[in-house]
Amino acid sequence: MSGKQITGAEIFLESLKKEKVDTLFCYPGGVVLKIFDVLYEQKDIRIILPRHEQGGVHMADGYARSTGRPGVALVTSGPGATNVVTALATAYMDSIPIVVFTGQVPTALIGNDAFQEADIVGITRPCTKYNFLVKDVNDLARTIKEAFYIATTGRPGPVLIDFPRDVVTAKTEFHYPDKVEIRSYNPTVAGNKWQIKQAAEAIAKAKKPVAYIGGGVVLSNASAEVLEFAEITKIPVTHTLMGIGGFPGTHELSLGMLGMHGTYYANMAIHNSDLIIAIGARFDDRVTGKIEGFAPEAKIIHIDIDPTSIRKNVRVDIPIVGDVKHVMSDLNKELHKSKEPWDAIRKSWLKQIEAWREERPLSYEYADDVIKPQFVVEKLYEITRGDAIIVTDVGQHQMWAAQYYKFDKPRQWCTSGGLGTMGYGFPAAIGAKVAHPDKEVISISGDGSIQMNIQELATTIENNIPVKVVILNNRYLGMVRQWQELFYQERYSSVDLGSTPDFVKLAEAYGAIGLRANRPSEVEAVLKEGLKAKKTVFMDFVTARYEKVFPMVPAGASINEMIFGEEKKKEEKKLKAVK
Amino acid sequence: MKHIISVLVENKFGVLSRVSGLFSGRGFNIETISVGPTLDPSISQMTIVTTGDDRILEQIIKQLNKLIDVIKVTDLAEKEFVEREMCLIKVNAPAEHRAEALRIADIFRARVVDSTIKTYTFQVTGDEKKLAAFIELLRPIGIKEIVRTGKVAITRE
Ligand SMILES: Cc1ncc(C[n+]2csc(CCOP(=O)(O)OP(=O)(O)O)c2C)c(N)n1
Ligand SMILES: [Mg+2]
Repeated sequence: MSGKQITGAEIFLESLKKEKVDTLFCYPGGVVLKIFDVLYEQKDIRIILPRHEQGGVHMADGYARSTGRPGVALVTSGPGATNVVTALATAYMDSIPIVVFTGQVPTALIGNDAFQEADIVGITRPCTKYNFLVKDVNDLARTIKEAFYIATTGRPGPVLIDFPRDVVTAKTEFHYPDKVEIRSYNPTVAGNKWQIKQAAEAIAKAKKPVAYIGGGVVLSNASAEVLEFAEITKIPVTHTLMGIGGFPGTHELSLGMLGMHGTYYANMAIHNSDLIIAIGARFDDRVTGKIEGFAPEAKIIHIDIDPTSIRKNVRVDIPIVGDVKHVMSDLNKELHKSKEPWDAIRKSWLKQIEAWREERPLSYEYADDVIKPQFVVEKLYEITRGDAIIVTDVGQHQMWAAQYYKFDKPRQWCTSGGLGTMGYGFPAAIGAKVAHPDKEVISISGDGSIQMNIQELATTIENNIPVKVVILNNRYLGMVRQWQELFYQERYSSVDLGSTPDFVKLAEAYGAIGLRANRPSEVEAVLKEGLKAKKTVFMDFVTARYEKVFPMVPAGASINEMIFGEEKKKEEKKLKAVK
Repeated sequence: MKHIISVLVENKFGVLSRVSGLFSGRGFNIETISVGPTLDPSISQMTIVTTGDDRILEQIIKQLNKLIDVIKVTDLAEKEFVEREMCLIKVNAPAEHRAEALRIADIFRARVVDSTIKTYTFQVTGDEKKLAAFIELLRPIGIKEIVRTGKVAITRE
């Protein structure tokens, strides 16, 4: 034997270094003790101990979303592993590149119901892009290389490596491969040239086109190409919840978000369009509303790296499979060639859209005596000048954050769009802050959601990761309450969070700062003080309890059938009559 | 519509459950599935029979292609192919029916692979129509048990 023999645990560490991993979110336990022993003496990778494994993997997710680089986590077998399932599913639904290592009982005991054994490869098969069980230490380095490759290429996603205890301790020589080749995995990057030509022709002919962008634009770093596309063709752009920041929110061609809580003008534009250019989006049911009523007159061009997204929910006239950045750059070249008088062609359509925008802008009713949640988000936008990284939980506050904070750049917005995981926001914000120590990272949360991973307060204090948490505290599971008010005859079942803790004291108990605003006049001062602090801060905004998110497309309706705040009374009657 | 899909996959543990999980996770039914090695021992061949309209089938094929361990997917509906299935059938064969059972078996070129005083077990190979016809004719005699391999299929050159 020539080379130096090192253990699986050491190979793990050396491989992470080769992948330029700078932070590892990890929680120890029996079968991974040897790995933690190796981590104890090294200085290359920052080690962060969350207070719950779910939190740890959400942190890796927030790290990945805000940087574009894969987030990495390590947990123990059995309960450690099952605790990460929700976080994996969250990353899977939103195509986020993370690599998660789980300890496993020794290979000889697998399948024996050994202490702290869980079939995590079986459990996570449907919620990972791929997963591995490493049975031989000689396969370890190559497996790690493949895991990072699979997680970050094609349509990205979480990859899990199950790491038995005997493989952790076994020794071999370390060789990290430079390249990987997986014969059965070759994502398409370049789009079909002929299809791109067809798309350009359809775009030139269209009278009422809309670009509809999704998370794929952010994931493939294609926002510059999308901006160029919109500016050449003067096509208005609407984005999904995941597409936020893929196109500048303050741009005159931006229509804001579409779908269930989209703007009136975005939904009207889509509904009346004659051509939809879907870019890195997947026609989720929250976006399309009733599928039969979706954009009845539109031709559809669909650009996506994942062929399974195409024609899954809607008919598509021109499918283009490929990496969004690549395809958009080719499409722009094609469009530059054509000498269409774009301004003139687009004039009447943009005028129509302006009319819709004026008819029903995004709005809420300000109040003097009680804090409106939208007002808090608006103020936050103003004070941070739109420059913060905003991470949300799930519920009404998430929609208000999406509606009232304007994002001009990608990777400034992290939210659990696909799975809608309450409890995602705070730990994901911690992950984002670890990656961006010089940026303001703000978690906008609800009083319900924040309690789902509140233990991570300790992580922020211990590791000096100052995250600012804005709690829009309505003492309700507000989004569920909204549905009960509108569609369940105000039968408020299990939504009242009346005995919510005192968030100010709670923050203080952990050694963080707690602030509270009860009245609109206090909002600005609390935000300013909270943002100035060098520690984690909980800002508790006691908001109007019954405020609802509008516009809203009720489930089962077409997206042009929106309901609005001021029509509530009338709509309610109508809905009751239907029942 | 019934479809036969031929899938080349990496010969590794867990691949079958990834494929079957893809079907079950979407509520797609697998009618039959058969798996075996190919000339290259690192690759296995699966033959899957499933039903669904064109849209479902398009999804199934795309989803199969998306699986990391899948090397190649072929929808045989688009090709010329030969399909076969093998079937073992145990029938009641008391004295008065024995001759009749053998006569039917002979027509279908089925072989007797086991024989007791009261039963015959036939082995028969063929396409779907042939097996269906054979089973229909045996039914009046009394079928005790049927075991089928599931289809295998190969394209014509
Ligand atoms: C883990 C999880 N459980 C349940 C739900 C269903 N759900 C969606 S929004 C919501 C209420 C969230 O309440 P809160 O965090 O206070 O936000 P609000 O809507 O009041 O702003 C619930 C229960 C979910 N999305 N995630
Ligand atoms: Mg709430």
